[in-house]
Amino acid sequence: MKKIILMGSPNVGKSVVFSRLTGANVIASNYPGTTVDFSKGSMRLDGEKYEIIDAPGTYSLTPTNKAEEVALKIFKKGDIIINVVDATNLERNLYLTLEILEKKKPTIVALNLWDEAQHTGITIDVKKLEEILGVPVVPTTALTGEGIKELISRLKEAKISKTRSTSEKEKWVKIGKIIKSVEKVEHRHHTIRETIVDATIKPATGIPLAFLIIIVSFWVVRFIGETLVNYIFDPIFELYKPVALQISHLLGPGILHDIIIGRLVNGDISFMESMGLLTTGIYVPFAAVLPYIIAFYLILSILEDSGYLPRLATLVDNVFHKLGMHGHSIVTVFLGLGCNVPGALSTRILETRKQRFISATLLAISVPCMAQTAMVFGILGRYGLQYILMVFLTLMILYLLMGLLLNKIIQGESPEIFLEIPPYRRPSLLATLKKTWMRVRWFLKDAIPWLFLGVVLVNILYSIGFIDWIGNLFAPVIEGILGLSKGATTALLVGFLRKDLAVGMLLPLNMTPYQLVIAATILTIYFPCVATFTVLLKELGLKDMIKSTVIMILTALTVGGILRLILIGW
Amino acid sequence: MIKNIIPLLNLREGKEGKIVELRGGFGFQRKIRVMGLREGKKIRIVSIQPAGGPITIEAEGNMVTIGRGMAQRIFVEVE
Repeated sequence: MKKIILMGSPNVGKSVVFSRLTGANVIASNYPGTTVDFSKGSMRLDGEKYEIIDAPGTYSLTPTNKAEEVALKIFKKGDIIINVVDATNLERNLYLTLEILEKKKPTIVALNLWDEAQHTGITIDVKKLEEILGVPVVPTTALTGEGIKELISRLKEAKISKTRSTSEKEKWVKIGKIIKSVEKVEHRHHTIRETIVDATIKPATGIPLAFLIIIVSFWVVRFIGETLVNYIFDPIFELYKPVALQISHLLGPGILHDIIIGRLVNGDISFMESMGLLTTGIYVPFAAVLPYIIAFYLILSILEDSGYLPRLATLVDNVFHKLGMHGHSIVTVFLGLGCNVPGALSTRILETRKQRFISATLLAISVPCMAQTAMVFGILGRYGLQYILMVFLTLMILYLLMGLLLNKIIQGESPEIFLEIPPYRRPSLLATLKKTWMRVRWFLKDAIPWLFLGVVLVNILYSIGFIDWIGNLFAPVIEGILGLSKGATTALLVGFLRKDLAVGMLLPLNMTPYQLVIAATILTIYFPCVATFTVLLKELGLKDMIKSTVIMILTALTVGGILRLILIGW
Repeated sequence: MIKNIIPLLNLREGKEGKIVELRGGFGFQRKIRVMGLREGKKIRIVSIQPAGGPITIEAEGNMVTIGRGMAQRIFVEVE
């Protein structure tokens, strides 16, 4: 199948163009040998089927990070190139355009954000630009869909430009000439709108606004999540319960019953504690975690696509730089709060090994994913908010302390922030929903198989007595250092497969709220779940992953021990 | 009018200047230029974050956040 590649800088609305071209059947793929994912879809053109790929955004064909390396590799395999250009920023976008044209591939240019350019008083002579570049140029406004039809109908006109190879310096000279002959810009004044826009990035006003935006966002996430649970997921499981009880009845007691339904609590199924495949195994991912993941990624995608996140990254950069990363690492933290897997994947945008290592290790140690958060609320919610706060406060302090420490210990450079701040834009519903779905997909794909495996494993290990044996083996650590009940060992063990599954195992142990605070904190710190672990292994490599793991375990024991001293005493 | 050439870092919030030189390797220069910050462009300091934090600058509607080290290597002409 022939490949059409979308190439363009970040923030030019490339993925919106992609959404318009592909329709519904989009899959996210992993570039072989890397963890950089990109979107792939297909489209028909004159009866022929084409594969269409949305390459990661890049400013030039000289890569500066892993994502841009992948963009270059994808570009090389393309048969037709659609170069998406920001019409409001033609000048600097032309650098990539010229580089692409010099590679002698059939190319067509989409002059996107056309309406915005007109509103801001920029006029571009499209015909002339077409003549100079030697390839078709189509103005588009992907957000509304304007120009997309023409883009598609002119796709087959994509051709190889006659432009000759030039040096970097020559390119800039050429760009200057092109701009002079095709673009007219009305003189721009500093508008009131821009003053308001600036307020979100100036520290005095930006920091209070950031707190407000974050608080409101979490409130909305909680509201959407709870609504989904109360009106959709819980009612479905209520309807399903008699079916499960019927199955339980048909199976009768025995190991099969234990695996499929689990144990009954007071003669009834408890979706949190029963630990069967068809009870806890499906309730936890679908009804307890998924609704919040959907809500969370929806809001995050809106914050991202509206252009707010780079401003937040600017505001927090001074803190993150002292932790050996830079402001953009806040994206890793936010993504990780949903599910650690996309969080771990996002570390690829950082330039150096040191930054990626710190970012990934801190993510695994002290950024609780939605499953972990659900777990913390699940076991501590009944005792009061102060216990939940203790867990999150501990994790936050830990993030800062560990960052300071790792920045000192880990060799290597942590380059300064260098980040484009795009203008605020209304997010496209289509592109936002697609992005949300891509991220939710990571959770579904990774969480569910591991949950099922966890449930089966727990039941088998119980029945052969392994759980008791390992409980005794680790008792000195679990009881002696952490001050927990012996049974907590199993929960910690299962927590490696899925953190959310561990809740059901901690609940029947009758531990005190303080013990539960310790258990919940340790569960978050000591290890990421298997799914995250495998991604981190790919991302960091074996050697760094072992280092990272040692750090995690030592931190878990230290923090657990300290918490025990403070909360329970010796 | 007397014109001074100073590093971007020495400009205060809200002040403007014209880029005259990017001091650094090819990689650095390209990185800055593809963001729309080229020699001859008029830039404005949008914000300066405290505690050694980054500086946000704007040129013809392009806004970029850069670290202070980079701001020291971009030279601007001020009146």
